[in-house]
Parts: sequence; structure tokens; C-alpha cells
Amino acid sequence: MPAPTTQLVNVRVLLFASYADRLGLASVRVALPALATVADALDHVRSLPGGEQIPPRPLCAVNLAHAALDTRLAEGDELALLPPLAGG
Amino acid sequence: MAFLSATPIDLAALIAAVESPVHGGIASFLGQVRNHHDGRTVTRLEYSAYESMAEEECANIVAEAEGRWPVRVALQHRVGALEIGDVAVAVAAAGAHRDEAFAACRFVIEEVKRRVPIWKKEFYHDGAVQWVDPSRAAREVTHP
Repeated sequence: MPAPTTQLVNVRVLLFASYADRLGLASVRVALPALATVADALDHVRSLPGGEQIPPRPLCAVNLAHAALDTRLAEGDELALLPPLAGG
Repeated sequence: MAFLSATPIDLAALIAAVESPVHGGIASFLGQVRNHHDGRTVTRLEYSAYESMAEEECANIVAEAEGRWPVRVALQHRVGALEIGDVAVAVAAAGAHRDEAFAACRFVIEEVKRRVPIWKKEFYHDGAVQWVDPSRAAREVTHP
């Protein structure tokens, strides 16, 4: 029986504004272990060059809705890391 | 009408979208580009957005306002390059009476600021550029 933890969850991470500037990227694809959360994806992005400048608990959204760090990620999800909002 | 606009906002069009014979009170709010921030002179700015989520979140906010008060609401926010005095955001709320119109209008602009993924890059008179962080003013200043 295959161990479910060997399956990977592929997630597209979007970066905006100051976060995109810091990493020099607007998006990055991340492959995470099954049962991974937003926090796991965030750890990966923060390990990239420039990623340490993203705060440990940024605003996040999964599939266009605000999401908490413990939100479980599924195959094909779109995770957005949102700098402090400044609309209005 | 999309909630995000790359072209100038027309408040009259927003009011036309919400007015009707049953509405006796229309409240509106305009946010304009200011020429100063934290004591520094702002010359222009750029708004960027996570557009798909911003559209969704604006629709949610309007639906919440229309569910909470007997009103019709129109909302638009600019993206792209803006000059001083340009309208950055506009809200129009129409109700039978002024109380619900004012309340809904206030709710919508506050929720836009709190929830909609839009970012503002300010360009200063001294050549510096900064992404505005309302939670921590005067930060991330970069000089060219």
C-alpha cells in the first residue's frame, strides 16, 4: 500500500507588491507533502532568496478567499501572500 | 461594472447605477489621492491589486451591505497610475432614507480598506518610492 505522505501537493504561490519586489518573483510553484498547510508553503517561500523579508505571519488567501495559516492545501490550490493592504 | 477600474472613476455613473424611485437618500464617498504622507510630499502613486480576489472581495462587501441594510450599493476602486487629486475609490449607497445610506456607505469603505487586496506605491518629491504599509508608517523607503 503506498504511503499517502509520498504524494505531493502542487500549489501555485502568488506574490504581490513589496513581497514580489523582495523575491524578484510574482509567482512560484511549490510541491509540498500531502496534508501540508499554508504555513508549510510559507516556510518554503521564506527559505528562498529574499524570502526571509516576508514576515512569519503575513495575510494569506487560498483560492481568492482570506485564509488562516493552518488551512490545509489541496492539489492545484492558488495561495497568495498578501502584504499589508493599502486600498481605499 | 467591474469593481476595479484602470480608467477614471465617474461618481455620476455610480449614483445612476443605484438610484431608483424608491430611494430617497443617496450617500457617497470619494477617496482622492493626497499630496502628502507622513510629512513627505507625494507627487504621484500607483495602485496594484490581486485583481481576481479584489473583484470577489468587493462583490462580497457589496452583498453584505445590501444584506444588512435596505440599500443598493455601487463601488469602484482605481488601479494603475494616479496623480494628485485623482479619485482612487468611490462608493454610492442608496436607500429609502439617509440613515441606511450613510451606514452602508461607511461600512463599504471601511471593509474595502480592511479586506480588499490592493497595494499603493507612493512616489515622493525627493525621488524616493515606497509601498505604503498602513500598519507601520514610514518604512521600506528606497532611494533610486
